[in-house]
Amino acid sequence: MSERLTKSAARNIFYGGTLFFLAIFIALVVQSHLYILNVSSNNDRLTESIIRGKRLWEKNACIDCHTIMGEGAYFAPELSNVWDRFGGKDDPEGAREGLKGWFAAMPTGIEGRRQMPQFNLSDQDLDDLIDFLKWTSEIDDQNWPPTDAG
Amino acid sequence: MTYSSQRVALYYFGGALVLFFVQVLVGVLAGAVYVMPNLLSETVPFNVIRMIHTNALIVWLLMGFMGATYYLLPEETETELHSPRLAILQFWLFFVAALVAVVGYLFGIHEGREFLEQPIYIKVGIVVVSLMFLYNCTLTLLKGRKTAVANVLMLGLWFVAIFFLFSFYNPGNLSLDKMYWWWVVHLWVEGVWELIMASILAYLMIKLTGVDREVVEKWLYVIVGLSLFTGILGTGHHYYWIGTPGYWKWIGSVFSTMEVVPFFAMVIFTFYMVWKGGRKHPNKAALLWSLGCAVIAFFGGGVWGFMHTLAPVNYYTHGTQVTAAHGHLAFYGAYVMLNVAMMTYAMPGLLKREVYNQTLNMWGFWLTTGGMCFMTFTLTFAGVVQTHLQRVMGMNYMEVQDQIALFFWYRLGSGVAVLLGVTLIIYSLAIPGREGGRVSTPQGAPNPAE
Repeated sequence: MSERLTKSAARNIFYGGTLFFLAIFIALVVQSHLYILNVSSNNDRLTESIIRGKRLWEKNACIDCHTIMGEGAYFAPELSNVWDRFGGKDDPEGAREGLKGWFAAMPTGIEGRRQMPQFNLSDQDLDDLIDFLKWTSEIDDQNWPPTDAG
Repeated sequence: MTYSSQRVALYYFGGALVLFFVQVLVGVLAGAVYVMPNLLSETVPFNVIRMIHTNALIVWLLMGFMGATYYLLPEETETELHSPRLAILQFWLFFVAALVAVVGYLFGIHEGREFLEQPIYIKVGIVVVSLMFLYNCTLTLLKGRKTAVANVLMLGLWFVAIFFLFSFYNPGNLSLDKMYWWWVVHLWVEGVWELIMASILAYLMIKLTGVDREVVEKWLYVIVGLSLFTGILGTGHHYYWIGTPGYWKWIGSVFSTMEVVPFFAMVIFTFYMVWKGGRKHPNKAALLWSLGCAVIAFFGGGVWGFMHTLAPVNYYTHGTQVTAAHGHLAFYGAYVMLNVAMMTYAMPGLLKREVYNQTLNMWGFWLTTGGMCFMTFTLTFAGVVQTHLQRVMGMNYMEVQDQIALFFWYRLGSGVAVLLGVTLIIYSLAIPGREGGRVSTPQGAPNPAE
């Protein structure tokens, strides 16, 4: 490496540059935080039920099989748009019943097909979880995913 | 090995190797469930298998980093560790916490954010362990010589702990949750872990090649500078589709593309140092792992990362097997190989032997690295087909998975190869060679390990 760059100069560039980029990053994250609250995520419609649903989503570690907004395991379908896939936009009641029926039918036990466990959720739990999935489907996420398949 | 307190590293390397084996064994099990989906589905569902696989990986890598730190810090600072007893106590706390977490997972006791599944009391335990570790190492650094290697390493370790604190923030709003979740996940593996990686590689280069410290440390500052200048704003490539503003598509694409540069710099650095140094160090296996680490990290992290990092591409590939391919090779190249390099270098000294089991260790290198590369290729093919069928054609997820089933068989096969390779590595590291471990160098002259 060139003799013009001394070790102490390299060190100073490292510390100074890191602080510079960290400051920009923090400023943009603050702006994004406000954008999420005020623009993209319908935070004003974030009900207790949706938050309870999110906790159920976490308690049962759904993300270690499924993805949500593309993040998680890749063993089972994407769920940020499962509400749309079940026709929730046109027929919310039908989608809710359809999803509850899906949960009730698990595990299918079909040989050679991936199995979802039976989580024994109460009707209230199911409503909370479905409220969470419905709310998630309504986040403005730059039109991801590209198709209904998720 | 010059300082007696370096021996505490042996605990950490031992614990890390145990968890390494568990991680790979459970990984093979997960690969088997992909092709035989009814396997264990009622007793240990896939989500539990997967969280053991990922958590064991993260914990053993951290344990290895801690062992590496305890090993190199006395040599760098030219002083004994502040408290070897505290270091041993800290190891047992960490190891027991890891075992409790794994057993808890089997009984369904976990939280549910990816990689942060540890129950709250385990998370608090991790913070306590980190504080014990940072206290011990920082006091050692303060009383001794302050080299660039030691300073950058400690800076990295401090920020690992600081960013972990974001795991305690779990808002009800999923978009906010995700944005700060990446402060742990991305700012670890594409940020401050690279500081740890670069400083340990720099230490190994000083020891193995004999190049002047001034030269190595200047490279170190340049590499970690490039890592953080690109990696911090590179976080933007996780902010495309989670409800964050659209400008992240530009920032994420540009800066995460440049994340390739520090990885490439590490390849140039390690090969140039070896070429320039010309020292014939007897521990050839440690040198092989160090060079392999830089190369595979460049391909796994750099090339495979770039492949799907541009926003218009990521729109289609996000959350497919392409991501899985990148994740596997990046973790293996950057952090698994780094830890094995350090252990290969340090174990002979810790066990008071000449370098031993070099051939076996190198067979482990080629088998494991070959297996990981093949796994990455099969998952990449699977991901490309999946992307087209599901994201372009709109075919149903489960139908697509049936279409790519063949690749999952190949992946299982490569996983078995990796398991065999890892068994060789662990055996070669933990079990001294024949003739009482006194395997001499090819020239026949016994050479000191340092």
